[in-house]
Amino acid sequence: MHIVIKLFGVPLSCPITNSMNIWFSCFLFIIVTPAHIVRLYDRFEALDKEKTGHLRPQDFGAINRLAMNPIGDRIIGAFFSPGQETVDFHSFVRILAHFRPADKKHPKDPSMPEPVNSRTSKLKFAFQLYDQDKDGKISRAELLQVLRSMLEMQVTEEQLESIADRTIQEADLDNDDAISFEEFRKSLEKVNIDHKMSIRFLR
Amino acid sequence: MVVELNHSLTSVIPESALLILIGWILGGIIYGADKMQTFTLTPTVFFFYLLPQVILDAGYFMPNKLFFSNMGAILVYAVIGTCWNAATVGLGLWGCWLGGAMGDIDIGLLQFLLFGSLIAAVDPVAVIAVFEEVHVNEVLFIMVFGESLLNDGVTVVLFNVFDAFVSLGGAEIDAVEIIKGIISFFVVAFGGSLVGIIFALLISLLTRCTKNIQIIEPGFIFILGYLSYLTAEMLSLSAILSIVFCGICCQKYINANMDERSVTTVRYVMKVFANGSETIIFVFLGISAIDPAVWVWNTGFILLTLLFIFVFRFIGVFLLTWILNKYRLVPLEFIDQVVMSYGGLRGAVAYGLVAMLDENKFKEKNLMVSTTLIVVYFTVMLQGITMKPLVTWLKVKRAAVTELTLAEKIQNRTFDHMLVAIEDISGQIGHNYMRDKWHNFEERWLCWFLMKPSARKSRDYIFNIFHQLNLKDAMSYVKEGERRGSLAFVRNETKADVDFNKKFRASFSEIMPDIMADNMGPDHVPLSSILQDIVPSVCLVMHEQDLTMRESEDFNAHHLLQQHLYRGRKQHRHRYSRSHLETNRDENEVQEIFQRTMRSRLESFKSAKMGVAPAKKIQTKHQKKDKPQKMPNGNSSDKSKNHPYGDKGTCSLLFTSLLHYMKWLNACFELIITLESAVDFVVRL
Repeated sequence: MHIVIKLFGVPLSCPITNSMNIWFSCFLFIIVTPAHIVRLYDRFEALDKEKTGHLRPQDFGAINRLAMNPIGDRIIGAFFSPGQETVDFHSFVRILAHFRPADKKHPKDPSMPEPVNSRTSKLKFAFQLYDQDKDGKISRAELLQVLRSMLEMQVTEEQLESIADRTIQEADLDNDDAISFEEFRKSLEKVNIDHKMSIRFLR
Repeated sequence: MVVELNHSLTSVIPESALLILIGWILGGIIYGADKMQTFTLTPTVFFFYLLPQVILDAGYFMPNKLFFSNMGAILVYAVIGTCWNAATVGLGLWGCWLGGAMGDIDIGLLQFLLFGSLIAAVDPVAVIAVFEEVHVNEVLFIMVFGESLLNDGVTVVLFNVFDAFVSLGGAEIDAVEIIKGIISFFVVAFGGSLVGIIFALLISLLTRCTKNIQIIEPGFIFILGYLSYLTAEMLSLSAILSIVFCGICCQKYINANMDERSVTTVRYVMKVFANGSETIIFVFLGISAIDPAVWVWNTGFILLTLLFIFVFRFIGVFLLTWILNKYRLVPLEFIDQVVMSYGGLRGAVAYGLVAMLDENKFKEKNLMVSTTLIVVYFTVMLQGITMKPLVTWLKVKRAAVTELTLAEKIQNRTFDHMLVAIEDISGQIGHNYMRDKWHNFEERWLCWFLMKPSARKSRDYIFNIFHQLNLKDAMSYVKEGERRGSLAFVRNETKADVDFNKKFRASFSEIMPDIMADNMGPDHVPLSSILQDIVPSVCLVMHEQDLTMRESEDFNAHHLLQQHLYRGRKQHRHRYSRSHLETNRDENEVQEIFQRTMRSRLESFKSAKMGVAPAKKIQTKHQKKDKPQKMPNGNSSDKSKNHPYGDKGTCSLLFTSLLHYMKWLNACFELIITLESAVDFVVRL
């Protein structure tokens, strides 16, 4: 099923799966502005070399620069919901919308659902990068994995483990040897998340 | 040298200001000795011998992507901004002269406009000199810097046009002349750029063919660069634009085509020349001041000039930015605009132009020269010194610096990497259709035309790099093994290697002969995986860190993180510096990360569909086969180069050692090939 969206009078045909409906596509417009959608769609099409309307991990792998990013593979993984092998345009935009600068002008409306680019949502995204098995806690092993990928090869296992231990000690408040989302959030309360996790062009 | 000795001084006062001071002292000495100024900055010397190197250096090290993505804004500032500055300063001064603020001087509207046009131009030399100390963000820097480079087109045209007008006299000017002036702007600007681009093509083609005369490649770059400058000057086009575009367009291709050593040579020599020229320029600017013959003081003129250029620069920048922000993806902030207006420094180019004026046509030439000098000193020294405090002051006050916790440190770095990854996934900032088209065109035609075939190939295949890395790794394994008598792979030089040897020597000697004999059975595990499995246990065994002291542990952990975390691609890193060449620490990091990622991806490929894995492997295997043949040749030619310089006895010695080395190399490569085929075999399982 194809939906023809008229953006600035230019018809843009956007393949939408059956699970989406018009309401959802309107939601798209709320989280990212129309001009950006066109741009992102161009990018989506450029990545989707086989024109299936879905992206697979290999398509992400074609981006050369990601191979030089220590957490590149994890970020690619974050695009795919658990169990899914492909990501369609809607999810693609949704993930990217996490990185939109927070809207400071409009006051928070408690009745609306949490916007995608709020501080909490951004932190949740970052948390999920660590927590690969999705059990809601960053265990020592998971932390070790991330550390290992982000540190140079000269660091030995012993050193890595000691860093991981100390990090957990600092952040862990209920002494369960793992970092839950609340503890994660608390340990980063001084950091300006909005500044650190935003890309200006998605304004 | 004096500057280097007290680095703290240069962080307060920019180098250029200090150089001018030195110039004053020197000028004073010379004047005192000779009773007249024997050394001045003559326009010829300046424009032909001192300026080209600086501009070529600027063009060669220009961050192209940043430059072209902001090209629209830069052009607006350069063209419209400079015209605005010239017009307003000229007209303002004329108005004040009419109003009698300057007393009685023999000058007219046209001369005012001419003066306005030469004093309006932002100077690249001064901008580099001052902004080098102040680390502003990339976009801001490229705006000011790009503007200073490109406004030469406008300045040259305006200067020539008004000069011609003054010669004609006021009565002859009509619409035709004005239109001719406007057309000449386009001709000069585009003509100059075209000359530059043609020379860039020439240089790239030249480097493509110079495989056998690598030693003089750097020389060609400089000669042809200078030639582009001279050619444009000869054709009365904008010479600065020509040399800038020459540098900008050729950098990519010559860096790909030339040998590593030539590239390094070019980089360093370029910096040496540019630094030298800059120093000389500023010193001469100082010396030229100590010449009473030149000085004419007219309070009104001078003060009004200073006021106008300052005020109108601010107005101009804010106006243009307001218009531009409507069309830009990433708007320029208020603070950036302030810094941009404040950074409109005038420098030696203005002085060079004013010194070129004809005294007969311009009765008040000395007045203009004095004013120009004062303006230059004011901007370079005062604005230069106050630039850094201003930049620091305008920023938002930072919170008190508390020691970051480990979690925060790690997280900050994770965020950096995350942002970089998301930027890459979503396409770059300002990604658009035209850029894609240009990129495709460039890949297909230009690279084919301008780059050596070998350079082209090495750009195309990522897995080529991957295999080079693997090769390097394998070679180092083998070297170590030969040294220790077995393929005992060690990372740390501690007593653990001895244990390692004893433990595994037996099993290795079992495996090695099998592999050497090319006897591939399904049971043979490739060496590389054995080695990888072994290492962690060895390290764990041998490390006896003293974990008793909690503080030292804490300190160690922090220190370790600080040292070893991979750096993300910093978004606000000041790339352009006159005195500090970036050492490529990034490349090692990039290689390491890349190696890791590719390794883990290959692991995942093993379990994935079979269709994907063998295809990639085959492709790389072919390239790998080429490499072993290439390498021995390369090495032998290296060795043979050393040959002519030894005598017969050492010759024969070299020969035999060379022979042994070659044999050893061949053995290594055979081993590596078999290693690779072993890996292939396992992968296919």
